[in-house]
Amino acid sequence: MAISFDKAFGIHQHALTARSSRAEVLASNLANADTPGYKAKDMDFQAALNQAQNNQGFSLSRTNQQHFAVEIAPPGMVQFRVPNQPDTGDGNTVDVQTERNNYMENALQYQASLEFLNGKISGLLKAIKGESM
Amino acid sequence: MSLFKVFDISGSAMSAQSVRLNTTASNLANADSVSSSVGETYRARKPVFAADLNQALSDRQESVGVKVMGIVETDKPLLKEFHPDHPMADAEGFIYKPNVNVVEEMTDMLSASRNYQTNVQVADAAKQMLQQTLRLGKG
Repeated sequence: MAISFDKAFGIHQHALTARSSRAEVLASNLANADTPGYKAKDMDFQAALNQAQNNQGFSLSRTNQQHFAVEIAPPGMVQFRVPNQPDTGDGNTVDVQTERNNYMENALQYQASLEFLNGKISGLLKAIKGESM
Repeated sequence: MSLFKVFDISGSAMSAQSVRLNTTASNLANADSVSSSVGETYRARKPVFAADLNQALSDRQESVGVKVMGIVETDKPLLKEFHPDHPMADAEGFIYKPNVNVVEEMTDMLSASRNYQTNVQVADAAKQMLQQTLRLGKG
């Protein structure tokens, strides 16, 4: 009986991918908190997870250095956030408090997925070594 | 690995905010520089931030860093004061003071330093996430 790592690790390896791309988007929001005209974004986590699992979306291959790097994300991945305040005067929709909370929450969820993965790995190691649980 | 990009993004924000802090320091330092003509008088400088278009046009569009497009001098009128006894006074007895609003500069300074701190924390959290990922499976 072969050990299937895909089955053993389950959804958590894909969750990590989705969480780390969400961290990037939220970091971009926080970085642009003072940029006029910047609109805050966030991702639909379910869609991101589906993408991470199935590797949807495609990119065009570049045969020349001057080609644009076109990468088409599946629709509905990154969306603009509905702002809490109608207008801040400079067209920026970043609410630093919300973004910070989301960023920390996302980081903790990433760590939770890591913990699950660690648990799975130590379980597998025990099975390989033939130790009792 | 998109967590590595977090460092680029927060790094760009940190450097942009430190440019802002620099211009604020320059404005506050020169708030009382008096001169005898309009042309020589110090004017308040402000950095112009923009989302980094190069980054937005390249491979991924979701996340962009900050770019300082340039530093502009404000067009608010200078303070012209009648001060015939002043050593810097011009032929008509006027001195010119910079158009620096000290209160505005102080709030700018606080905003820049808070934003800088936030971005340091963002980079630090990303660092912890990466370090824990590196320790994955080590028990």
